[in-house]
Amino acid sequence: MPDHTSAFHLLLTGDPALFSIVGLSLAITLTAAVVASFIGMPLGALVALTRFRGRQFVIVVMNALMGLPPVIVGLAVYLSLSRSGPLGSWGLLFTPSAMVIAQTILVTPIIAALTRQTIEDLWLEYRDEFSAMHVGAFRRIATLLWDGRFSLVTALLAGFGRAAAEVGSIIIVGGNIEGFTRTMTTAIALETSKGNLSLAVGLGVILMGIVVLVSAFAWGVRRAGERFAG
Amino acid sequence: MSANTDNSDLPIEFSGVDIDVGELKVLRQISISIEPGAPTVLIGPNGSGKTTFLRVAMGLTAPSKGRVMWCGHSQSPPVRRAIVFQRPVMLRRSAFGNLHYALASAGVPRSARRRRANELLSLVDLAGLGDRPARRLSGGEQQRLAIARALAREPHVLLLDEPTASLDPAATKSIEELVRSVSASGVKVVMATHDLGEARRLAGDIVLLHRGTIVERAAVDQFFNSPATKEAQAFLAGELLL
Amino acid sequence: MTEMAISRFRRTFRARALALLIAATIGAVSNAAAADRSIVVASTTSTQDSGFFDYILPIVKERTGITVKVIAQGTGQALDTGRRGDADVVFVHAKAAELQFLAEGEALKRYPVMYNDFVLIGPKADPAGVKGLKDIRQALASIKDKKAAFISRGDRSGTHMAELALWKDSGVDIEQTKGPWYESIGQGMGAALNVASASEAYVLSDRATWVNFRNKGDLEILVEHDKRLFNQYGIMLVNPEKHPTVKKILGQEFIDYLISPVGQQDIAHYKVDGQQLFYPDANDPNA
Repeated sequence: MPDHTSAFHLLLTGDPALFSIVGLSLAITLTAAVVASFIGMPLGALVALTRFRGRQFVIVVMNALMGLPPVIVGLAVYLSLSRSGPLGSWGLLFTPSAMVIAQTILVTPIIAALTRQTIEDLWLEYRDEFSAMHVGAFRRIATLLWDGRFSLVTALLAGFGRAAAEVGSIIIVGGNIEGFTRTMTTAIALETSKGNLSLAVGLGVILMGIVVLVSAFAWGVRRAGERFAG
Repeated sequence: MSANTDNSDLPIEFSGVDIDVGELKVLRQISISIEPGAPTVLIGPNGSGKTTFLRVAMGLTAPSKGRVMWCGHSQSPPVRRAIVFQRPVMLRRSAFGNLHYALASAGVPRSARRRRANELLSLVDLAGLGDRPARRLSGGEQQRLAIARALAREPHVLLLDEPTASLDPAATKSIEELVRSVSASGVKVVMATHDLGEARRLAGDIVLLHRGTIVERAAVDQFFNSPATKEAQAFLAGELLL
Repeated sequence: MTEMAISRFRRTFRARALALLIAATIGAVSNAAAADRSIVVASTTSTQDSGFFDYILPIVKERTGITVKVIAQGTGQALDTGRRGDADVVFVHAKAAELQFLAEGEALKRYPVMYNDFVLIGPKADPAGVKGLKDIRQALASIKDKKAAFISRGDRSGTHMAELALWKDSGVDIEQTKGPWYESIGQGMGAALNVASASEAYVLSDRATWVNFRNKGDLEILVEHDKRLFNQYGIMLVNPEKHPTVKKILGQEFIDYLISPVGQQDIAHYKVDGQQLFYPDANDPNA
């Protein structure tokens, strides 16, 4: 990307480097959010619906992990994926996959904790009716997930927002390589350190735009939920 | 004891049932048999254990002491009996959705569900509201929908916990008519209420609960005209406190 | 509830397996695509901030077909990345550290490539009165005497190590005599310049990053062209015997290009604002 053009100009002229950066950001964040949902939602539902020793402790830990510092996750993943690390043979360091892995680790606790909260609240509401209607176990889970779908989508969007905003982990495990692992947040960090502040600000505005769009979408989903399901 | 394969849950027999919640004895030494026939109405002050009684009769709460039997069986899956809670919870879907759900849980085949759902809606006088989100119905409408849900499994016993407690007189009247017609169709109704007039209008026999024990049980006319116990007399005079 | 627990458990395991599968697939696909002709080069943030890689990498791709992926860190970190085998080539500018790397057996040979120079940047107001001095040692001593604000990178980078060496040369024991006027920020050259610009302080920078820097504020070059300010670059292939996954053939090809006459000329042609930033010296035996 040329150094001293404003980000908007690049956006309007369809600069391929800018678009590849935005595209990579979205691809990584979306993938991480989806994978985190696959892991976090069943996990959250499991904790919500079962009784076991240490359950309260698990819930406290899940909630605490929502605040996992990205740099720590980045460091841990970096050391694991390094060639001299335990998973070095996977050869994933400095690739988009490593970034997806790091962000998945960051986002899963959020989705798991929010899912648990949603499902548990809904479960407490529905429990008696389930018993009264003699609903089988599988059916109960499916009903909770379906009836809670608006809140679950909100959880997914919360995870997405968290991933979209962070830079600490992906810059460590991705290496901020131009054309390969440079995303909006890592590009902003780089351009700032190069003194290209106007470009950095422009990128920041684009990023904020995406985050705001996602928030608005989440709000819309909640409204739809209230309207359709009451 | 074997599982219930008979065609009925009646009679429901309580033998020496205690329900303890921590230190508190919610029900003590309840022994009663609920037979088929006209509605059995439970009355009593708040906290006397009416709700717990119904839950035990439904099989949702297990006795701490004593036992409950349905048609001679100590285990009976709640297939032929249904309960409507005091504040029924609507699933987050339309009225139709709720009914379809109840019908599916009752094992009604998919092809028959639509017809049955429409029948049930008409039965409870909610025809035309099928597509409305259930949680947006009025209190009285939700109560009727809950009864329709309960009726979806064609129960032999219908347990109702204060169905008109939070309703205005018009809604109350429509619920009472519904209860009458359900009872007339052969379903045994066991109902808790705090409204003495309602009890008198609907009951075949009255059970008075006080502090977790059955104080008196009698046919409705006898209970109201010549109550046998001191507590019953005090209750009817509005002087029976917790 | 145990039936629910078991079914949930199974679903969780399936979910985790699916997640790993996805991650591995993405990894395999992206690696396969890049496995063609690409190498990882660990270099420094100053070199990246100077725009050198933006200029040379497309040329490298044209001439050799190699896609070079640059990880830019401080010199110390870059060499550590090489020690972990996470890079194929290291390309830094701190001869002592490079020779140490060599001595450890982490590389088999060091090739000089080019040099650029450092300049002493400071505010126009010049509170330490160093403008135009020919000897950097005098300038630094003056800064220390006047306790003028000075920004140090403090990140084990080549620039940082050069700065420390110059303090030593100036007869200043910086560890002992530093005070609040000396700010060590632990970041790259661009960040250091930003801080200096914002707080009107002195800072030692490589010329390339300075010329490329877009936030100069009131800063300007105050001392330059002292031979002590020359900054030599060396390149090394990470030892493939120690790290078998190193792409030795492609890595060596990249090195060979940079030290070839064609490569050296390409390096010399890099100009910003009409100024040449890097001076090729692969043939200098003392470099």
